[in-house]
Amino acid sequence: MNDLHQLTISRAHKLLKEKKISSVELTKACLEHLGSVEKKVQACVSTCEDVALTQAKAADKAIGSGKIKPLTGIPALIKDVICTKGIKTTCSSKILANFIPPYDATVIEKLKKDNVVILGKANMDEFAMGSSTENSAFFPTRNPWDLDRVPGGSSGGSAAGMAVDEAIYALGSDTGGSIRQPAGFCSVVGLKPTYGRVSRYGLVAFASSLDQIGPVTKDVTDCALVLNVIAGHDPQDSTSVTNPVPDYTKSLNSDIKGMKIGIPKEYFVEGMQPEVRAGIEAAIKKLQELGAKIDREVSLPLTRYALAVYYIIAPSEASANLARYDGVKYGYSYQDTSNMWEAMEKTKQFGFGAEVKRRIMLGTYALSAGYYDAYYLKAQKVRTLIIREFKDAFEKYDALVTPTSPTVPFKLGEKVDDPIQMYLSDVCTLPINIAGLPAISVPAGFVDGLPFGMQIIGKPFDEETILHIAYAYEQATDWHKKKPSI
Amino acid sequence: MKLTRKEVQHIALLARLGLSEEEIEKFRIQLSNILENFEILKQLNTTDVPPTAQSIALQNILRQDETKPSYPAEDILANAPQREGNCFKVRAVLE
Repeated sequence: MNDLHQLTISRAHKLLKEKKISSVELTKACLEHLGSVEKKVQACVSTCEDVALTQAKAADKAIGSGKIKPLTGIPALIKDVICTKGIKTTCSSKILANFIPPYDATVIEKLKKDNVVILGKANMDEFAMGSSTENSAFFPTRNPWDLDRVPGGSSGGSAAGMAVDEAIYALGSDTGGSIRQPAGFCSVVGLKPTYGRVSRYGLVAFASSLDQIGPVTKDVTDCALVLNVIAGHDPQDSTSVTNPVPDYTKSLNSDIKGMKIGIPKEYFVEGMQPEVRAGIEAAIKKLQELGAKIDREVSLPLTRYALAVYYIIAPSEASANLARYDGVKYGYSYQDTSNMWEAMEKTKQFGFGAEVKRRIMLGTYALSAGYYDAYYLKAQKVRTLIIREFKDAFEKYDALVTPTSPTVPFKLGEKVDDPIQMYLSDVCTLPINIAGLPAISVPAGFVDGLPFGMQIIGKPFDEETILHIAYAYEQATDWHKKKPSI
Repeated sequence: MKLTRKEVQHIALLARLGLSEEEIEKFRIQLSNILENFEILKQLNTTDVPPTAQSIALQNILRQDETKPSYPAEDILANAPQREGNCFKVRAVLE
């Protein structure tokens, strides 16, 4: 078999368990394929062949002694914002270009316990700030469905890598849509768990009250399999909850008869691409055919305030989090001065890219004396109102369904000079982070060969229902089986 | 909300972020436009609405104050731009 890289986790696991393939074979197949497509797609900041093969051998040994878990021996790409001990973790930033973490993020520790294989670190917008992966300080990742277009962001490398089968699955992070929007743009599955479901320890902090790590996979089954491993309480992250972790694969049931699904009309925004609107309508019709009770008369009027709330809260938290890059403990450090302040200022000036600087400025302003009440405190209060509005909606519905993005992927360079237009591409995803809810994007169709996704939003800690609906939809459609020709 | 050059420089100083002349002008315009978009929040009455710092209602988490081994100093210092012995080397804070 020389198409092993195309496998999903569940199929690869079956073959590994039956000893029809080895993890080393699977890893080599992925690495070889990655090498052949990476020049075009540029999904990885770095690859770690030696580590991968060592881990694959260890996995084969574990499997040989009967110790096999669903992810054992299965190669993954890890977004380069998640710390990997001994493997460079750059956040696609010059300031961390040579940073080698002395520890593993908790999610990596959990994966390693199950003997996973890490192939490489996926490209992203610098510090996860962006919606196109063009803010990577190294190079932009390209959308495999059209190399002149963006893969979305910030987890663009994870999503593009999945679309072209560079690995079997990937991890991303999502602060305002950074898993779901690229998953939609690349026609793969991406899930942002409820805030607190997955430990953030070792996830380089962007906006601490919004960030979550989640799976980027080729299908919904794999999404549940990865979530099973990474979810759970972690004493190292005091915002991770102690709720027991269910077996998410038990939610993979194609019967959604009687499920109550609301369609909030505010997510069908002005300026939405008509073909995407029609495509999402068709997807909703499919859910209806499958027996779900669809209510289109749902209104979440506060949705229009979410963008402003997000772009006050996220940069405010970012400005505090990124103050740590002072050139003293790690990272790029401006040396050509004896003055402490000058060294600190120049370290940031030369180490950070434009979007990161923009957000540090915005956040510093919103938190500064005289403006705190008008911006940061006001945004936190509106955040309360948005959470209440979702809570009320979930009294009546099991889940909400929306487009993942208002358009198909846009062209490289199209929005780089217009931050507000760029921010608007996350208009359907960022309210979910403000409220801390779980949401998944699944492939839902194409417009002239360019993909779009459907977003399914759930109640807090009810990943099971959104996986259930996503699975039922996936079983009834073929979108996830389509692959870009590259 | 139109920012002045002086305000941009003041914010940059608070953040200890060095900016070039071009960046000061670019951010002055872009940040002004973004802040204008925030005006929309003034439409909402938020008197008596408590602020939310994070979406899950967790209280303070306490744990036993037990000593545990930390990371070896050598591992932590491995990324240091400048070090002296087992310390990070910094420039003089007081001149």
